[in-house]
Amino acid sequence: MGLELYLDLLSQPCRAVYIFAKKNGIPFELRPVEIFKGQLVSKDFSQINSLCKVPALKDGDFILSESTAILIYLSCKYPTADHWYPSNLQARARIHEYLGWHADCIRGTFGVPFWTQVLAPLIGVHLPEEKVQRNRAAMDRALQQLEDKFLRDQAFLTGQHVTLADLMALEELIQPVAVGFDLFEGRPKLAAWRERLEAFLGTDLCQEARGLILNILEQAANKKIPDPAPEVYPYMLLRISRIP
Amino acid sequence: MGLELYLDLLSQPCRAVYIFAKRNGIPFELRPVELRKGQHLSDAFAQVNPLRSVAILLYLNRKYKVPDHWYPQDLQACARVDEYLAWQHTTLRRNCLRALWHKVMFPVFLGEPVSPEMLAATLAELDATLQLLEDKFLQNKAFLTGPHISLADLIAITELMHPVGAGCQVFEGRPKLAAWRQRVEAAVGEDLFQEAHEVILKAKDSPPADPIIKQKLMPRVLAMIQ
Repeated sequence: MGLELYLDLLSQPCRAVYIFAKKNGIPFELRPVEIFKGQLVSKDFSQINSLCKVPALKDGDFILSESTAILIYLSCKYPTADHWYPSNLQARARIHEYLGWHADCIRGTFGVPFWTQVLAPLIGVHLPEEKVQRNRAAMDRALQQLEDKFLRDQAFLTGQHVTLADLMALEELIQPVAVGFDLFEGRPKLAAWRERLEAFLGTDLCQEARGLILNILEQAANKKIPDPAPEVYPYMLLRISRIP
Repeated sequence: MGLELYLDLLSQPCRAVYIFAKRNGIPFELRPVELRKGQHLSDAFAQVNPLRSVAILLYLNRKYKVPDHWYPQDLQACARVDEYLAWQHTTLRRNCLRALWHKVMFPVFLGEPVSPEMLAATLAELDATLQLLEDKFLQNKAFLTGPHISLADLIAITELMHPVGAGCQVFEGRPKLAAWRQRVEAAVGEDLFQEAHEVILKAKDSPPADPIIKQKLMPRVLAMIQ
C-alpha cells in the first residue's frame, strides 16, 4: 500500500495538501473523509489518526497529521522543485515565519464565513451580526498585513517564487470567496498574486480541488446538504462558540 | 554586528529560543524587550517580532549545526517534531496563555477581574489539553517525539511553565508528565532552566500596568488570547 492521504476537500488545509501532491505528481490514494458525516470521530478513522483530524497522511505504518508537517514531509520525501520549501536557510526561515503568523491570523479567521453562512445554520445556530462584523474587520486587518508585511513588492508571499506559504494562504482566502465574500475585490495587489499563483498551479487543478467548496452555496440553497451526524454536534458547537 | 535576539522572558516562545541558544552555546547579544511596558509596540521594534519562535528556532538549529536530536535529519523523526509544533499552536500554547492571563495577568497586571466561571472554563480546557499531550504525544516515550529531547519538548515545557508561573498545579496528579519534565530539565540543564524561568515564576508579582500602557496593550492582549 502506497501513500494515502485522508482529506475532506471542504477543508482549506486539505485542499492545500491535495493541490501540492497533485501539482508535484506525487502518487497517492485519496481517502475522502466527510467531516460532517461524523467520519472523523468514527472508530475506523481514529485508528488511522488518533487525533481525529484531517488532513492525515499514511505512508506504510507512518501516520502524520497537521498540514504543515505533511507538506514539509512530502516536499522532502518526493522529488519536488526546491522553491516549494527551499534548502536555503533564510528562504526557509521566511516560510516558517509566515506559517507562524498564518496560524495566528489567517487560520481560524477566514473559515468563519463558511461556518456562519453554511455550517451553523445546518444545526439551527445563527451568529449575531456583531460577530459577523467583527470577523470581517479581522479578515480586513489580516489581508492588509498580508499585503504590507509579506507580499509587499514581491511576486509571492516570501519572495519571487511560489512556496508552501502561498498554497496555505490561498486556500484559506478562497473559503470566504466560496460563500460569496469576494475579499479580492478592491485589493488589486492581492488579486494579482492570486492570479499568478493560480496560473502557476493550473486552473484545472484549482477547480478540481475546489469542486466541493465552490458548489456549497448552491447545495445549501437547494437544501442538498445532508444534516450533520449527531456525533459531530459537540465539535460544531465548540467551534462556533470559539468565534469571537 | 553578530546575532541579536530580541526577547522578553515573560513570553513562552522567547524562553524556548533563549534556552536553545544558550544550551547550544550559540553566541548572541540579548536585546531585552519588556512586553509589559509595551515596548514591542514601538516603531523601532516593529521591524523585529520575537513571536515567530518556530522560525527562529529552526533557523538557529540549522545555521549553528547543533546536535541532530533537536530537529532530526531523519524524515519521519523530523515530521513528528513538525507535527507537534503545528498542533501546539492552537492547543497547548493557547490554553497555557489563557491560564496565565485569566488567573494572574488580567487581575494583577491589568487590574481587570476575571469571573470564576471564565477561569474555571479556561483551567478545564487546559486540563483537557494536558491529557491530549500525555495520551497522543508523550505516551510511553521518554520525550514527546521519541527517545531524545527535541524542539518539541522545549516548546512544550516553556509553554507549561506559563500556568506554573500563574500558580496552576500542572504537574501534580500527572506523574507521567512530571517525569517528562524532570528529564527535560536535566537535558537542558537545571541552572539554565531556572534562569530562563525566573521572570515567569514571578509573574504574580507584576506591578500594576501604567494606565496608558494598559490602554495600548488591552486590544492586543484580547486578540492574543482569543
